[in-house]
Amino acid sequence: MADRGEPILRVRNLVKHFPLTRGILFKSQIGAVQAVDDVSFDLYEGETLGIVGESGCGKSTVAKLLMNLEQPTSGEIFYKGEDISKLSGRALKAVRRNIQMVFQDPYTSLNPRMTVGDIIGEPFAIHPDAAPKGSRDKRVRELLDLVGLNPEYINRYPHQFSGGQRQRIGIARGLALNPEIIVCDEPVSALDVSVQAQVINLMERLQNELNLAYVFIAHDLSIVRHISDRVGVMYLGKLAEVGTDAQIYDHPTHPYTQALLSAVPQPDPEGRDTRERIILAGDVPSPANPPSGCRFRTRCWKAQDICAEEVPLLAVPERYKDSDTGAKHESACHFAEDKDIVHA
Amino acid sequence: MLLEVQDLRVEFATRDGVVSAVNGVSYGVDAGETLAVLGESGSGKSVTALAVMGILDSPPGRVAGGRILFQGHDLLTMGREERRRVRGERMAMIFQDALSSLNPVLTVGYQLGEMFRVHRGSSRAEARAGAVELMDRVRIPAAAQRVNDYPHQFSGGMRQRIMIAMALALEPALIIADEPTTALDVTVQAQVMDLLDELRREYQMGLILITHDLGVVADVADRIAVMYAGRIVENAPVKELYARPAHPYTKGLLESIPRLDAKGTRLSAIKGLPPNLLRVPPGCPFHPRCPRVRDVCRKDPRPPLYEIGQGRSSACHFWKETLGDAGRR
Repeated sequence: MADRGEPILRVRNLVKHFPLTRGILFKSQIGAVQAVDDVSFDLYEGETLGIVGESGCGKSTVAKLLMNLEQPTSGEIFYKGEDISKLSGRALKAVRRNIQMVFQDPYTSLNPRMTVGDIIGEPFAIHPDAAPKGSRDKRVRELLDLVGLNPEYINRYPHQFSGGQRQRIGIARGLALNPEIIVCDEPVSALDVSVQAQVINLMERLQNELNLAYVFIAHDLSIVRHISDRVGVMYLGKLAEVGTDAQIYDHPTHPYTQALLSAVPQPDPEGRDTRERIILAGDVPSPANPPSGCRFRTRCWKAQDICAEEVPLLAVPERYKDSDTGAKHESACHFAEDKDIVHA
Repeated sequence: MLLEVQDLRVEFATRDGVVSAVNGVSYGVDAGETLAVLGESGSGKSVTALAVMGILDSPPGRVAGGRILFQGHDLLTMGREERRRVRGERMAMIFQDALSSLNPVLTVGYQLGEMFRVHRGSSRAEARAGAVELMDRVRIPAAAQRVNDYPHQFSGGMRQRIMIAMALALEPALIIADEPTTALDVTVQAQVMDLLDELRREYQMGLILITHDLGVVADVADRIAVMYAGRIVENAPVKELYARPAHPYTKGLLESIPRLDAKGTRLSAIKGLPPNLLRVPPGCPFHPRCPRVRDVCRKDPRPPLYEIGQGRSSACHFWKETLGDAGRR
């Protein structure tokens, strides 16, 4: 991979366990939901890192940890070399300006009693130096224009907008403080198909114009491939595989990634009878009581004894270390094997 | 034909006036066939299904015209009791959200067995045995042990299997599935769609699959009806629709979804928004968003559903030109 200088965000061994307690007056901890367990990744300036996984895999918890909305149980998040996971008060406020978030549901993430101007301008009330008082209206209008909404709409309320337009408002709010990183948690999954493409195109345009870095969390694998430079696949709190979009989609080596890719219904009826399907048995195990060793082993067709005993590390598999194909990328499987799923 | 919907019209009375949610929709399903009804929110795809099932909230909703022929009988002229017997016994529906469709304070065994007690007059023991058998048939592991569990004790995929089991209970001739896998993860979605498809084949049922997902449709449907603003805009066998769409809306939808097998460049989005049903534009309802719009499209009468070939129709004045464009691939 080309040298892109220092990563803007470095996440190391991030762990988040939510305690499970019993009792009301005398609480005792009886276990923990291991929502995120030892996750590490880098994010570079101006790139998009996609994070995919099924519900309960911990991808939204990662988003909350990055935003400092949750305190990690252990691990570090370095923003430009500084660990932000332990910051508080003024120092935290200063960092937060540079990391903003766009939420999934444009219906519940905008206050129905505030006008669009107030919603987008609210960040300025918290960070007054970002825009001097007199210029705020002008700045809000600029932001509306930037996301493709009519600046005249500044005094309207959220209910007067469609889902796609509301998501644009959410994006404008995220952009208000000129952040370097935007964490997007399922930003288009609540939108109609014909509107999704508009919002994706907008996000790509903004990235180019403003040199934004995105952490793009979603369950739709096609959309993640489209927008991401690199992709991480999560399963039950751990990263199963990380690589460029071509490495993950064209040369998946982790069985879970392969199963996930083969399960995506593709808009191509011609291939439907010949396409190989890996239908996984059963459901995702509970993160309160994850399987020993490899967390995917209970649903994996390749599982051997070693998978129950030894946690596979996220690393380039030994057999692909000298490979010059896309299979040379990090995969957390004892039996990693390159297999083309989506073109077969 | 097992089910034939003819020129169905459904209206809703709202504070702002009467909304025509379904505006002259016709489609048919044969036994053993899967018809997919594809559309975005507000296109009228679910309302049509509710009208077929006879479970439209009325008021405010009301069937304002048309016929629904099921096994040769018009459901709309049928008496209340007769229709009630048809529903559940000969046609059944599966909803998107299994958790809110199941009663949280009754065991799944009780709810499944209810089908047999009410429609067949079975005893409690018979109903329970029937429930276990149904759960087995939709491949819920350890059915005999789980029959007394409550809905919240099952995962999302398992709950949707219970909904399917309930729909299957009386071996209906027709199943309507409204976004049956939208709330599920992809790996579970694949399991559930597989199961539905297999059961359809086994029992030679007609299946109406209502969805917005172009991928799911491509995987299981035989034919597709595309709906927009309360109307069918295109009707075609599945392979032909994906290879050569004959309506600009269908074409736009196909082009706006990113691909899994290649990176692709900029997505070609459909501009604008679906219309407010209170103010559907004159002429073709899609014309404000259409890249092919001409003057004739902006004026009434609306384009009729042109017959354009064997089992194909399109509600576009310029279907020939649209067909002529190269397909998606």
